[in-house]
Amino acid sequence: MSDHEYTPSSKFGKWFNDRLPLLTLANHLTDYPTPKNLNYWWTFGGILTFCLITQIVTGLVLAMHYIAHADMAFSSVEHIMRDVNYGWLLRYVHANGASMFFLAVYIHIFRSLFYGSYKSPREIIWILGIIIYLLMMAAAFMGYVLPWGQMSFWGATVITNLFSAIPLVGESITTWLWGGYSVDNPTLTRFFTLHYLIPFLILGLVVLHIWALHVPGNNNPVGIDIKKPSKDTVPFHPYIVIKDAFALLMFCIVFALFVFYQPNILGHADNYIEADPLVTPAHIVPEWYLLPFYAILRSVPDKLMGVVAMLSAILILAALPWLDTSKVRSAVFRPLFRQFYWILVADVLILGYVGAMPAEGLYLLIARVATAYYFAHFLIILPVLGWKEKTTPLPLSITEPVLGGSPNLAAARNDEKIEKTIK
Amino acid sequence: MSKLKNILFVLIFSIILLNSSNSAEKSPPFLETKWTFKGLFGKFDRASLQRGYQVYTEVCASCHSMKYLTYRNLAEKGGPEFSEAEAKAIAASFEVTDGPDSTGEMFVRPAKLSDKFVMPYANEQEAKAANGGAYPPDMSVLVKARKGGADYIYSLLLGYSEPPEGVELDDGVYYNKYMYGNKIKMPAPLSDDLIEYTDGTKATAEQMSKDVTNFLMWSAEPHLEQRHKTGFRVIAYLIILTVLVYFTMKKIWSRVESKV
Repeated sequence: MSDHEYTPSSKFGKWFNDRLPLLTLANHLTDYPTPKNLNYWWTFGGILTFCLITQIVTGLVLAMHYIAHADMAFSSVEHIMRDVNYGWLLRYVHANGASMFFLAVYIHIFRSLFYGSYKSPREIIWILGIIIYLLMMAAAFMGYVLPWGQMSFWGATVITNLFSAIPLVGESITTWLWGGYSVDNPTLTRFFTLHYLIPFLILGLVVLHIWALHVPGNNNPVGIDIKKPSKDTVPFHPYIVIKDAFALLMFCIVFALFVFYQPNILGHADNYIEADPLVTPAHIVPEWYLLPFYAILRSVPDKLMGVVAMLSAILILAALPWLDTSKVRSAVFRPLFRQFYWILVADVLILGYVGAMPAEGLYLLIARVATAYYFAHFLIILPVLGWKEKTTPLPLSITEPVLGGSPNLAAARNDEKIEKTIK
Repeated sequence: MSKLKNILFVLIFSIILLNSSNSAEKSPPFLETKWTFKGLFGKFDRASLQRGYQVYTEVCASCHSMKYLTYRNLAEKGGPEFSEAEAKAIAASFEVTDGPDSTGEMFVRPAKLSDKFVMPYANEQEAKAANGGAYPPDMSVLVKARKGGADYIYSLLLGYSEPPEGVELDDGVYYNKYMYGNKIKMPAPLSDDLIEYTDGTKATAEQMSKDVTNFLMWSAEPHLEQRHKTGFRVIAYLIILTVLVYFTMKKIWSRVESKV
């Protein structure tokens, strides 16, 4: 926070600020110089903060009415849906909110991948983000268990059983997680406790994530370092605030369409059947946002290796700043990377699709190829691309793209093309 | 570049679409009927809900419970909207065990508006014993608990037929083309003129299926009407606000030389 010194105008303000520099912080947040060429993909940070707050607020009220007990959880959810004032609204916002949260986080992550936001000097922001994402998955998984429907119960059984793949201590760990010899009441109560705890951990990490962001400042679509403040930047308030607000409202319209008109479309019908340990559903599938990893898990024939592959698929992202050897951040100037980027997007979509299908025949084959490609992208393609790829010339600043004094004459000729790509 | 991208995505989505239509071919498409509760302003057909309750109570209720419903729900807004007196009379026609009283004895009394729907069996075991080992599922949220929802339930009720050649059925098992695996332990529950509607509507199997499915949809989503109404207002509000914020944003950004 290398901002200019801030002095409050009022005497009391100065007295207070000398003891707790809250006003300096507020001043930093409003004045924070932001690249003025940020596009709408950059609005998802704000949207995600909104999602987190929405989940915490609706979750708090739901927790006042929910009963974490194997015999009463399902009927307490029905009680919320029927008899609690606007209980149906709270629950549908919370349940669909989880999906919207993940939708936003995937856009946020893929934006980062496209514009190389994970690269130096932003590695810590990126790794904090990966930890937040992992915690989100844990919170979402445990939240899905709470209504104690069939998918809750069997999803919990499948996922917790994964720990039994660990050699020697696996079985003991699983028993310890369950608090018994199968998923039962003790499992439900501890999942409820953790589901309540994790969002506040996420909140803390979000503060660190933003703090770490404010040290180097935002990346931008051109991906070059810019001087701050300068004519390349605008103060966060009101420019970015109003733009984030506009994008957030658009997002809320989509959110509202789900909540009010298709509240159950993202869920699974089986979860409206109360959990029954004696009846296994025909297909046990996780929520849509976990499907790509579920596909990776099932594509490996060995249980332990499947778990390792699934975890690696997420953890490999943490090593991304060092796997991507290219010095150029933005894909706008990396013609080859851009193609591989879109293939990766397609690959993840395919994994998500086969994750929802039975793991047999053609689906299994596709899942295996897609899994192999996923790892190849990060472990082979990205490192090699950094060495081999011929990138297009970078502009010197945002306001003077390329033409203004670029030492490279070829850059001038590419100007139009770059302009077009940025749009 | 973008051409390659587009081709790739079209390819993937067409594969996904083709596949989903393939899997849909395994069970026949659902019977079509018009539901008043669908759409932006969807509401329940009040008379149909009342008839649906009659079908439930005269036919389904002998095996299927609805344990999350309360008799007062029948008189509530957005539901069948029986008058309070009617709902009280309906409740009073059932008996519930209450107590213990001051002498420590349990006693039987007529149900009140605040009582849950009386269940046909004391427990799951009794229900299974009475139904050849099959448990008639609780119907409170049944519509939401089945893929295809109301369309599925409606089709299932009308989907009974003689088994095609080569299909062997055990005793007490029936053929239904919409059932998962085509085998169902519930005999065809509805047939023409099985009951006599109090409002004089002709009780065809189709009519009864539609009415009772409407009723089940309401029981699964008792606040559906309020949800649609609130939803429309919320979205209208959001759209207006979005437009206002858009112009505000344009105004603010006009101060700098940059596009937004």
